[in-house]
Amino acid sequence: MTTLLDVHIRTKFYGDHRVLGRVDIALQQGEVVSLVGASGCGKSTLLRIVSGLERDFLGEVRLAGQVLDGRSADIGYIFQEPRLFPWLSVADNVAFGADPRQPDPERVAELLAEVGLAGLGTALPKQLSGGQAQRAAIARGLYTRPRVLLLDEPFSAVDAFTRMKLQDLLTRIAQHHGITVLLVTHDIEEAVYLSDRVLVLDANPGTVREDIPVPLYRPRERLDDDLTAARAQVLGALHTVHAL
Amino acid sequence: MSATPKALNDLVGAPRRAAAAAVAPRVARAKWVGVVPPVLLLLLAELAVKAGWVSANLLPAPSDVVQTLVALGPQDLLRHMLASTGRVASGFALGAGLGLLLGAVVGLSRRSEDLLNPTFQALRAIPSLAWVPLLLLWLGIDEASKVVLIAIGAFFPVYMGVSSGFRDVDRKLIEVGQMYGLGSVALVRRVLLPAALPPILTGLRNGLSLSWMFMVAAELIAATHGLGYLLTDGRETSRADIVLAAIFLLALLGQVSDTAMQRLEQRLLRWRDTLDTRRA
Repeated sequence: MTTLLDVHIRTKFYGDHRVLGRVDIALQQGEVVSLVGASGCGKSTLLRIVSGLERDFLGEVRLAGQVLDGRSADIGYIFQEPRLFPWLSVADNVAFGADPRQPDPERVAELLAEVGLAGLGTALPKQLSGGQAQRAAIARGLYTRPRVLLLDEPFSAVDAFTRMKLQDLLTRIAQHHGITVLLVTHDIEEAVYLSDRVLVLDANPGTVREDIPVPLYRPRERLDDDLTAARAQVLGALHTVHAL
Repeated sequence: MSATPKALNDLVGAPRRAAAAAVAPRVARAKWVGVVPPVLLLLLAELAVKAGWVSANLLPAPSDVVQTLVALGPQDLLRHMLASTGRVASGFALGAGLGLLLGAVVGLSRRSEDLLNPTFQALRAIPSLAWVPLLLLWLGIDEASKVVLIAIGAFFPVYMGVSSGFRDVDRKLIEVGQMYGLGSVALVRRVLLPAALPPILTGLRNGLSLSWMFMVAAELIAATHGLGYLLTDGRETSRADIVLAAIFLLALLGQVSDTAMQRLEQRLLRWRDTLDTRRA
């Protein structure tokens, strides 16, 4: 196991407000790590810094040893909302990261099949359900073959059944493509079910308070006793940071 | 307990069905009913004149107006229509072109917005017809002053549509573009322009209909041919039938150009998820 993503943040301000304090996170190749914490603790800001969307901070982000300067094609980002371009077909949305002159229809079809949207390539986003739209967004995130996938509460806007299906989809995809995943979530169950480690963030300024490993093999059972134990541990940690 | 979910379903289902009925296309929607009021009005006018309720000098019977149109002759009519259409086309092209350009500059760059937008807002507050005397002084009574007046009429709706269209593009979509490393040109072409297209097209459509209005104003003031000239001619010779014939032709041309714009809009904006596209 080698460290793929190395995040060192010294501080991040929004105006006078110190959103993030000292944060050091290292993700191993293929690892799935969740960030949980109270709203406003800087989880999303942390993710935006790693993605390169937010560049005004003190510190550095390294990918496979290289310091990142802004955005990197090796890092994919999946937003809370699908954010599909409504004027593009599903297939064109998936291939958005491609050079527009040479899209790869085969790869698009492959990814659509993988996320369970086979045959919907010509549909417009308005014809998709919320869950389908998020699946298309995941396919778009995978198109450019990123090594790291960042997800910002990706399943918070869908119903509970769809959420479980999408969680399993994410696990499958991360394993299949060997992708390293950094996930922000509000859902403790989701964090524990998906992750190898759960990082609990404290607020004002945001720092990593606890690093809780979830050493379980996959596929996991949602009702596994070890998961329940890990869940209790995360809950306890959230209590100590007064997130609950 | 099996009754509860059903009752709940009925509760939830009823309003949803009602909403669906309101939104879903009705089978065999009778669109032709729209022609009933104008046809009735025309018949009423014909009857009123023929029965002597209204003087034919003031309100010529629709059949007389048709005869006037025939009497003017296709060549003359075509000449007037072409003259007016030509002015609208060149004025709209000029005004809309500038509106697109300056609207894009102001909509895309905060600095040029701060620099230019107050000036354009101030100019917009001037009723456009107030420019007429100045245009006549500067450009004379020839084509130039007419085209410029039409261009002024077309400019502001287009400028407003384009600048606000770009300014109001959802930041969330722009972020996706940035995430994929789009440069500023690619970002404009692949994200901002398509996202701003609905207000841009609305601006163009409004600009075009205002162009027709300003064309009439320009031709009423001074023209030797064109539909506005026909209006003036009819008034000066007390020929209400000529005035009505010209109005009919203006309505026809305006309707044709607006329908073309509407078609273009529907075609380019098929992707929109609105009440209108759901009905289509």
